Amino acid sequence: MLIKIKNSWDLSEKDVTSEEDFFSRRDFVKAAGIMGVGSAVNLMTPALAGAYQAETPPSGKYNGSDIKDEQTVLSAITSYNNFYEFGIEKDDPSKNAHSLVTKPWNITVDGHCENPGEYAVEDLVNFNALEERIYRMRCVEAWSMVIPWVGVSLSQVIEKLKPSLSARYIYFETLEDVEQMPGQARNIIQWPYREGLRMDEAMHPLSIMAVGLYGRTLENQNGAPLRLVVPWKYGFKGVKSIVKISFVEEKPNTSWMRLAPQEYGFFANVNPAVSHPRWSQASERRIGDFRRRETLMFNGYGEMVAGLYDGMDLRRNY
Amino acid sequence: MEKKLSRLLIHTLSILPALWIGWQIWLWYSFLPHELSANPIEYITDFTGNWTIRFLLLTLSITPLVKLTKWRLLKYRRAIGLYAFLYGLLHFLNYMMLDYFFNWSLIIEDVLKRPAITFGMAGFAMLVILAITSFKFTKIKLGKNWTKLHQLIYILAISVTVHNYMMVKADVLIPLIHATILSILLLYRLYLNWSKRRERAKRQLA
Repeated sequence: MLIKIKNSWDLSEKDVTSEEDFFSRRDFVKAAGIMGVGSAVNLMTPALAGAYQAETPPSGKYNGSDIKDEQTVLSAITSYNNFYEFGIEKDDPSKNAHSLVTKPWNITVDGHCENPGEYAVEDLVNFNALEERIYRMRCVEAWSMVIPWVGVSLSQVIEKLKPSLSARYIYFETLEDVEQMPGQARNIIQWPYREGLRMDEAMHPLSIMAVGLYGRTLENQNGAPLRLVVPWKYGFKGVKSIVKISFVEEKPNTSWMRLAPQEYGFFANVNPAVSHPRWSQASERRIGDFRRRETLMFNGYGEMVAGLYDGMDLRRNY
Repeated sequence: MEKKLSRLLIHTLSILPALWIGWQIWLWYSFLPHELSANPIEYITDFTGNWTIRFLLLTLSITPLVKLTKWRLLKYRRAIGLYAFLYGLLHFLNYMMLDYFFNWSLIIEDVLKRPAITFGMAGFAMLVILAITSFKFTKIKLGKNWTKLHQLIYILAISVTVHNYMMVKADVLIPLIHATILSILLLYRLYLNWSKRRERAKRQLA
């Protein structure tokens, strides 16, 4: 830890940090953790920073350079998809998603925010601020990929919409249109697909709105034109082809929770210690590998995100 | 001659899926283009599992077909049942070797803790018992007990279908089709049993 905290029993009542300060300080610690040792040193002692600069990405954000050599081949990313809107087999989306029309595309924003309304993708996502983020993607079915996404921080999008304090959760919906999404002819899931995050999860710098991968515009089967990526959660949290964003007070009842509440929770954090009732989550198969590998807590992003769940029982809040 | 031909035909058709998947696995291991998707082991699991159930249902269809159509199919029943065993064995080996690579702690945890896997393993164990007692000499040796033992196929088929249903994540259509066919085949047996008893009762009255 970078900030030395004195023993609490040394302090008198008047030294107690106000709640406001306490939380903003925690945010600072979290931010420092995300930026990595280099930039944290940079912030605190500018003179020492130089030596670390080279290893820190220019934006100071985690971008996945540590796993860039593990990237899954593009053909697998675009041909092996769970996107039931286009069929239940893994190769159905790549075969059927051509019927989706992504231009023009409107996203309805409503709920507790200052700027509700209809937005085009370009109005929500600043295409001048696009970044590459190489993330692990761990599916709840125990396979995984490494994907070089292109997108912007979800927090950037949210800041534009100015949620009010009563917005405790953000809720997303995928398009529902059986003409464009033939898989919706069957009621496997109660359409439209619904997902959500707690606001602090959504504001976390690792959460992104992706519009591309491998430096190219998203293919329809990967959730064009706009999808969520939350790398420390199981893949199903990454809602695709988003048409609606709401800022809400109540925890949204998301699609997989509705379908099987004892198997899929709201948080859906990757956790090797909490098994799916029907299969183990302790290991996974990276697409392209012959052998399984161990699944990492929070999909390997624990250092950056574990603080979001301090004091929570992750066995119960799966 | 005709009998030999039909036997040849049955064996050829039954072995084709195994040959095809074997060929695809060979292509995959040679890093050549194959049909096993980006996640070959999952594909092999589904493929061999589905063929196991299909052959089990076929085996159970022989008796009703014989009764209803008078086709002389009974002599092929053992072969078809053994093909169910073959695909079950491939399914099992795929799970043990390719999927978990003999990671015993994970496998044992799976079997004990997860009912879906327990049902599958129980089904496979019964399938093994039926396969090794399927020879003519064991049939003769076991006598009346053989028939009793081989009624395990009913429990086996239920167990395997439950396994199939439980393993599916969201779309239960295919497992439900399997379950429906199985129910019809089992109900037919109940009907046979019931009508046999009624006949007997009638005879006793007369």
